[in-house]
Amino acid sequence: MTQVEFLNIVMPFKDKVFRLAKRLLVSTEEAEDATQEVLLRLWNNKKKIQEYKNVEAFSMTMTKNFCFDKLKSKQAQNLKIVHSNYEDGNTSLQKQVELNDSVDWVSKIIEELPEQQKIIIQLRDIEEYDLDEIAKMLNMNNTAVRVNLSRARKTIREKLTSTHKYGIK
Amino acid sequence: MVLNNIEKLLDKYENGETSLKEEQQLKHYFSQETVAPHLEMYKPMFAYFLVNQQEQFTKDVPLNPDSYRDKRTFNYKWISVAAVAVLMLGFYFKEPIVSSYEAYAYGTFNKPEKALNEVTKSLAMISSHFNKGTSTVGYLNEVNKGTSTLGYLNEIENTTSIIFKN
Repeated sequence: MTQVEFLNIVMPFKDKVFRLAKRLLVSTEEAEDATQEVLLRLWNNKKKIQEYKNVEAFSMTMTKNFCFDKLKSKQAQNLKIVHSNYEDGNTSLQKQVELNDSVDWVSKIIEELPEQQKIIIQLRDIEEYDLDEIAKMLNMNNTAVRVNLSRARKTIREKLTSTHKYGIK
Repeated sequence: MVLNNIEKLLDKYENGETSLKEEQQLKHYFSQETVAPHLEMYKPMFAYFLVNQQEQFTKDVPLNPDSYRDKRTFNYKWISVAAVAVLMLGFYFKEPIVSSYEAYAYGTFNKPEKALNEVTKSLAMISSHFNKGTSTVGYLNEVNKGTSTLGYLNEIENTTSIIFKN
């Protein structure tokens, strides 16, 4: 397989890989590294690529596992994730302005969700995958995905409603 | 009417039962400027989803190192081939050495008298060389002389001990 052929296969979903990685790893830089790693692994296994039924789903699963590994190794090292685009609880003036931005709130709420729900929200509401596809990617059954999705959406709605009503956390 | 429909969809949405098409409808509705006031809180959520869809991976992926990696595995293959070739060559060249050794061990002389002459000659040579070696051992006596003179060092130690006592 030539580079061009490979890129033609990979191009359509490389952004999705990146966004999923970013959803899990939060930091843009780390997500970029993860995406690069995933794509390189695909490239190294390019001979096997034709055997995969669905390269995209396979890559998403790979990304998920890779990010989990990364998060795990971080916890093991007892290192905190340090990155520039991560908002903490400090209320500097600029942050307060940001908090007023409801869209930003959504990102914070999603960040607080359990990993599994985070992935499902990402795959369903942002990447717009079919439930069956998501089930395959995450190696879960269809109903479990639906339940998790429903829980995640309810949590987001509840938190948004309370924020919307009181304008506070 | 439309609002009613949207509310129904939202209910289904929360239960995870909407199809992708219905979700598109919702996204479309909430991307409008004005939505019903009691549904206002959904707006940022769908706006966030739409914004996040736009994010792109811009970093270049260096695919070249892998062709390099390919080359390396290629080399490893040939290293094993080369090793086998060297082994085979080794066996090949060992063969004549063994046969010549046999010829050497059983001697090359046809007549025993000639062989005896050769043996006495070589033995005489060995003994003469051996004698040369023993004559040089005589120099070891000189070393003994040297060690005896070292005995005088004791005298020096005696005097130094006397000095330090005082």
